[in-house]
Formats: sequence, structure tokens, C-alpha cells
Amino acid sequence: MPMNRDDSASHAAASALSDPKAAGAVQGPPVKIRARDINVYYGEKQALFDVAIDIPEKAVTSFIGPSGCGKSTFLRCMNRMNDTIPICRVTGAIEMDGEDVNDKSIDPVVLRARVGMVFQKPNPFPKSIYENVAYGPRIHGLATGKDELDAIVESSLRRAGLWDEVSDRLLQPGTGLSGGQQQRLVIARAIAVGPEVILMDEPCSALDPIATAKIEELIDELREQFCIVIVTHSMAQAARVSQRTAFFHMGRLVESGATDEIFTNPRDSRTQDYITGRFG
Amino acid sequence: MTDLPITTTTASDRARDIRAAVESRLKIRHASERRFRLYGQLAIAIALSFLVVLLGRIVTQGASTFVVHSISVQVPLDPARIDRTALEGVNYDLMVADAILAKLGEKDDDFGTKSEAVKDLMSPDFGFQLLNMIKADPDLIGKTVTVSGPLRANADLYFKGEIKRSSPEEERTLSNQQLDWLDALKSSGAVKTGFNFGFFTKSDSTEPEQAGVLGAVVGSAMMLLVTAFLAVPIGVMAAVYLEEFAPKNSWTDVIEVNINNLAAVPSIVYGLLGLGLFINALGVPRSSPLLGGLVLALMALPTVIIATRSSLKSIPPSIREAALGVGASRTQAVFHHVLPLAMPGVMTGSILALAHALGETAPLLMIGMVSFVPGVPHGFDQAATVLPVQVYIWENASERAFHERTAAAIMVLLVFMILMNAVAMVVRRRFERRW
Repeated sequence: MPMNRDDSASHAAASALSDPKAAGAVQGPPVKIRARDINVYYGEKQALFDVAIDIPEKAVTSFIGPSGCGKSTFLRCMNRMNDTIPICRVTGAIEMDGEDVNDKSIDPVVLRARVGMVFQKPNPFPKSIYENVAYGPRIHGLATGKDELDAIVESSLRRAGLWDEVSDRLLQPGTGLSGGQQQRLVIARAIAVGPEVILMDEPCSALDPIATAKIEELIDELREQFCIVIVTHSMAQAARVSQRTAFFHMGRLVESGATDEIFTNPRDSRTQDYITGRFG
Repeated sequence: MTDLPITTTTASDRARDIRAAVESRLKIRHASERRFRLYGQLAIAIALSFLVVLLGRIVTQGASTFVVHSISVQVPLDPARIDRTALEGVNYDLMVADAILAKLGEKDDDFGTKSEAVKDLMSPDFGFQLLNMIKADPDLIGKTVTVSGPLRANADLYFKGEIKRSSPEEERTLSNQQLDWLDALKSSGAVKTGFNFGFFTKSDSTEPEQAGVLGAVVGSAMMLLVTAFLAVPIGVMAAVYLEEFAPKNSWTDVIEVNINNLAAVPSIVYGLLGLGLFINALGVPRSSPLLGGLVLALMALPTVIIATRSSLKSIPPSIREAALGVGASRTQAVFHHVLPLAMPGVMTGSILALAHALGETAPLLMIGMVSFVPGVPHGFDQAATVLPVQVYIWENASERAFHERTAAAIMVLLVFMILMNAVAMVVRRRFERRW
């Protein structure tokens, strides 16, 4: 494979990021997730190359980049969702609060309770709204009785901004809600198990603008309590909801930093090209 | 300006040419569409006519089974003819025959030819009825009792028009005199026509008029129970493991190919396997519902596994991800979400596999279920017969009266199967959910 200028440039960018000083450029909020030298392979094909990034606590970090650039793959590394794909292999270190999530002592089941996930397409269980939210607390044993479970369900739905719309029909199927409501139900389901991090994989790509605005509003509220990572195809959305942005291209993390900076003063020419709409 | 009209003319010419070309093609396209629709209708017509012929033949042949001609006779229990010390040895049949002769105003001759001829018209069951009555209450001796029951199969066939008076006497099973007696009994009102309840309340018998399907129905039900309890849980668990948990490697590929091949193995091979494994090696009692159920479970397993796997495959991966995403383990994701959603498909597949097993005959012949079993099986290890084998046994019988019972037994079998398929459909409709 012929080396071109872009490739060497991305190497430079990657090595600059893996340098603790450069990556630690995060000022203010402490680091929640620290990733170093992440390589992901699907069988023979390498999907991610030496990704290194720090993700801050109580803030929204957005991953942007063209389709197939590896941003979702990286997102799924953080709650080990890639474990479910037999041919997928991950190397490198992802530390959450200083603990390696890929360590043998970490049970992915426990990890996924700490790192909730919201998917591209709303995927409520084909059960009642109540059951959707109560399922997580129930399997993790978070509630000792019916009253406690009811309280968790109510507070989760309230925090997801859905309570007022569904409080009178909790026993109706979650799949009967509108797309935007379903996505908020799924967020409530994730919140219900008390996660520290919420990963969102293009949460608004299947929604109309009004539902999208509601979700974005919700994300803005939730960042006061959670570390949120969102993958998005919409640069406008990244600019609106996130404090930090990371740009992925061809399996490499090209550039990451404060969202204002990335959008107004990108360091890499590819970032510039992408955010100005020249490709992607 | 002068150029413009010329360009529009050429453009409209072109448009007309295109329209003409499309229209000429259109005829061919419509014709081929009509032709294709005709082929489809023809195929359906052929299939339907086969079905009509098949069902028509079964129904016309079997319908007469549900009508029975029976007679009641008052038999005086003459103490002189009954030896109280040896009740089993008394010639009850002769007493009944004499009673019928008395009814006809005839007297037996010294050689007993007339009573023998009458015995040919009445079921031997009458004698057993008398014996049982006297055994139950010996005080009846000296009194007159009434016995009733179906006429013998030949007499029944005469009333149903199967045996005709017009055919030469030596070619019929009944003589002219016997026919005269039957006519006399019929016109005197002694012979009654009614619904053949006995067909559903009795089991196999050497006498066609006494033969019923109850034993076979119970045998089939018991055997299906064994099959269902083995094939469904084992098949579903195997499918869940293969689909959701097993690593995808060459071993699982080999297993998958073999399961698919097993579904296509001729059923008689399963009979051979059952013979070798269950009877010879494990000593399972032969011709029992347990044995039949084991063999049919082997046969139904691949079908259940394939049906379950395909319905598990049809559950969108987003459901698994949703469950894993909130921290469910793989087992929880499968048993709380994926399997319940796949249940309609699993149930339909299982019921259809069981319906197929219900109609299976060949492997059961291999394991000795083809024996004559008069009576209802009382346990899973007792000898039993099942509906398709009963059909086979009756079809092989020499008496003509068994043949109408063959068709009637097929009708019972078909009703059984239609019921199972209906249950499968209801289950599918009832539990179908959308996501």
C-alpha cells in the first residue's frame, strides 16, 4: 500500500495524541475514559489504527467522520459490545477511572451496566413501557421491592423527559410509541441501571427534526450527570450538543479537541475538508 | 424562430415512435402476463382436482362406516341349557340364534344348519354379552334378557347395498335364505339403523363390526406425547445453543450440515435405528407408545431444530443488542427476549413436525407396532397401535367390511391432523408480535 502524505500526517497526529501531555490537553473536567493504542481487527481487516483519546467526565464528546471511518467501532469498544462479534479482536488499553475495561477481572455484564448504550435505531423491547425500563434494574437486582422499582422507573422516565407523555399508559407496549418517544424510552432504559457513561450511536439518524431537537435538549440536560459519547453524522448536531469533538477518518483518529476549536480552527486539512463539506 | 417548429416536429415524431414501439411490445407483455396467470390457475385446478378425488374417494368409501345396523333380541335363559358350574362352556351363541329363529317363526333342524346360518348374521358379541350378564347376576337364569348390538359385517354390508341379491348366490357370502331372513327382520322393525358410536368407543377386533379406532387414537395420542416431550425441549435447546452460543467454526458447520441432512433421511431408517438401539440395546418394550415416541422423536428432532433456528434467526439483532446494552448476560438476552419472541415460530414448527410424526407409518412397522392390539393401552410400556398403522392393518385384512373402516380411520387421522394444523395457525396468530 503506497504511503501518501495524508497517512504520515495522521501518524503524526496519532503520536501527538498518544503523548500524555498532548492528549491531556483536556482542561477543566477530569478524564473519565482514557484510550491508548486501540487497534481493532475484523478478521484480517483492520478497522481502527492506534486510536488514543481522553474523554472527559460530565461532558458530551462527539465522534464525527465519514461512513466506515471506525467511529462506531470505537464506541463499541468502550462497553465491549464488540465482544459479541466473534471475528472482532481489540488490542490496546481503554481505562475507565484508571481501570482497564478489557481486563480479565472485568465482567462485560457489569461494565455494560456502568456504560449504557443507545443505538441508531430505537430498539425498545416488544414489552410494556414499564417493563422496558424495569428490565435493567430487575436483572441487576437494583430494587428490593415493587415500590422501589416503580420509583426507579418513574425517575428514569422523568430524567429522559418522557414521564409526562407516558405516565398514563405505562402498561402499553413500548413499540407503540413514536420514533422519538421510543428513543427517549431507550435512554430511560439505559439511565435506569445507573450508568456512569452513556454511549449513543447516531441516536437521531432515524428521527425527524422535532424529535431530534428533543433528544438534543435531553442530551444537554443529561451531561450534568453523565459522561456522554455520541457518534453523529450531522456536524451541526456535533456543534450543538458536544463540548469536545473527535474526527475519525479511515480508521484513524485524525484530530480531537474542544468542539469550538475543531469547527473554527481545525489543525488537519482533512478535518477542514470534512467540516466544510468537501467530502463525506 | 423558424428552427423551432422543425425541432418540435422531430421531437414529437420521436415521441410517437417510442409510443408505437412501447405499444407493440405492450401486446406481447400483456399476453405473457395472461399466459402466466393461466398457468397458475391451471396448476391450482390440477392440485384441487387431485384433492377432491382423494377426499371424495376416502369419504365415499368411509362414510358408510358411520352407519350401523343393529338388532335387539330377547333371549330366554333356559336353566336346562346353562350349566351353573361351567358358565364359560355354555353355547350362548346357539341360544341367541334360537331366539332369532323364533322371532322369524322358524325352527332349527336336527343338524343345526339353520342356527348356524343365523349365527353368520349376528355378531359373536351377543354370546359374550349373555355370559357377562349371567356372571354379574346368576339369578337371571330362568328369566328372559335382552341383548343388542350390531349385526355381523356381512349382514351390515347387505343393508348398505354392498352385497346384492342380484349377484349369483354362490358368489355371495350370504345365501338366499339368509337374505330372506334379513329382509324379514328389517321389515318387522327388529333391525335398527343408527350412528356407529362403537367405531369411536371400541378398539381393534377380529370382527369388523366390533372394530373401532379408540385404541389407535389413544395409542397415537400417547405416542405423540412422548415425541413432544422429547423432541421439542431437546430440539429447541439444541437450536438455541447452535444459533446463539456455539462458536462458529468447522465443527459447528459439520453439525449444521448433518442436521439438515438428517431431516431428509427416509423415515424407515429411523425405524432401523430404533430397532437396533432402543429394542436390542436398551430393551425398550416393543410396540409400546414409549418406543414409537422415541423413534418419532429422533425423526422430528431435525425439523424442530431447523424451525427453531430459522425463527431465532428472524429476530432482529437489535433486540439482542438492547438486552446486552443494559447489562443482560447472553443467557438472559436469549431467554428473556430472543426465545420468547421466537416462540410462535418454534411452536408452529414443532406442531407441524408432530403432525408429520402422527402420520408416519414406515418406522413404526420396523419396530413391531404392526401387531393386532384389541384394547386401549394402559401404559406407555404396553403394546399399542396407532392410527396410520391401524389403517395399514385394516387395509391388509381380507374381510370386505374392514375396507370401509380403513377409509373411516383415514378420516379420523385427517381430522386429527387438521386440528393440529389449526392449533399451529392459532398459536401463530395469537402470539405474533411486531417490533
